[in-house]
Amino acid sequence: MTQAFSPRSLDEALALIQGAKEPVTLIAGGTDWMVGRSQDDASPRTLVSLLRIPELRGIRVTPDGIELGSLVSFTELRQHDGLAAEYPVLSEMAASIGGWQIQNRATLGGNVVNASPAGDSLPIWLALRAELSLASPTGLRTLTYEDFHRAYRRTALNPGEILVSIRVTRRTPGQVCRFRKVGTRAAQAISKVVVASSLIKTDGVLRNVTLAAGSVAPIPLRLRATEGLLEGQVPTVLLAERAAASAEGEISPIDDVRSTASYRRFALRNLIRRIVLESVSA
Amino acid sequence: MTRELEFQVNGESVSFGGSPLKRLLDVLRQDLHLIGTKEGCGEGECGSCSVLLDGQPVCSCLIPIFQVEGASVTTVEGLAPRGEPSPLQKAFVQEGGVQCGACTPGILVSAQALLSSGEELSRVLVRDRLCGNLCRCTGYVRVVDAVIAASQMDAPHGRMS
Repeated sequence: MTQAFSPRSLDEALALIQGAKEPVTLIAGGTDWMVGRSQDDASPRTLVSLLRIPELRGIRVTPDGIELGSLVSFTELRQHDGLAAEYPVLSEMAASIGGWQIQNRATLGGNVVNASPAGDSLPIWLALRAELSLASPTGLRTLTYEDFHRAYRRTALNPGEILVSIRVTRRTPGQVCRFRKVGTRAAQAISKVVVASSLIKTDGVLRNVTLAAGSVAPIPLRLRATEGLLEGQVPTVLLAERAAASAEGEISPIDDVRSTASYRRFALRNLIRRIVLESVSA
Repeated sequence: MTRELEFQVNGESVSFGGSPLKRLLDVLRQDLHLIGTKEGCGEGECGSCSVLLDGQPVCSCLIPIFQVEGASVTTVEGLAPRGEPSPLQKAFVQEGGVQCGACTPGILVSAQALLSSGEELSRVLVRDRLCGNLCRCTGYVRVVDAVIAASQMDAPHGRMS
């Protein structure tokens, strides 16, 4: 039998999970979990909705950084004027997810914990070196997003833990971020390839380059070899070509219902090439 | 024993005592006999099942009923007073934004939320807010025409009462 609860605080939720006798499923927006859920499934389960927990909500911009509650929806991300100015890629990413109905309901935390290799927000957390705050009955711990997403649909979330927030640093002057998603159409499309990047051009050379790609490997990846190739270099057309080739060598795409490995390589090369080319004249 | 969940549908209080995992879509259609909301895909990709949950369009096929407790749901039936089409509905008829009608309830729900938001409309914005509602018949042009036309009608400009 399924028992369902909607705890009203983080402590209440943590206690509920700890004390549950049946396997626990945490649900926020449920926009992935509910897909294909059999209505006749009577397996014993404790369902815990996170939606009523205020500690998981809100967007806080301070001089020290930006904290995004795990329950922040993609619509809230789009509507936040401060974020739109600081990191336009967050709005671009949010607008690329599903449709309005999904954006209203799906959450940043859900996208992270669901850990799909194609999650559209995930490359951004890699590119911005985001940190996650996780709560358990023993307290809070911090983990980089990169360390959190371990393997295909597997994360470092411990049993009994709840993702509380995602933190990124304030944008540095001159920091240029990009988000590009390739899908069958502009909305309601799971990505064939999704890329996020961050870099600064100082004294004519590229610094602090991060490049991240999704849908091209079992997990979203930092393209570290390609980052290393670009670091400290003057961006040129030739460098862009070399970066594109290098990026292709770092991924392990597959053929699936959405695309082919060959197309994914092709599209990723183009996306990486464009990111470097855009910085040539910047 | 499952306890009764209470929530509002189209302004009326209702209660539901079945499985907490039952989809809001199914509770609306089967338990409340509000069959205006349709199931197109069951996966949140077509928008046929769109309803307003606390004023925001969502896919009711993706919402377990226990998460609706205490909330306010508006279905297509609730968009206009009984017997009197809303300005939005009149605009859809006038502009030819309905063909087979399968997508229409969902589109009306999303469009009404957009009109009620007070945002200044453009065709680009309308298309963005309707991107979660698929239509196989119209090609969307007259759908967008209808939403724009509704926004230009006399007060209450399609606002929900």
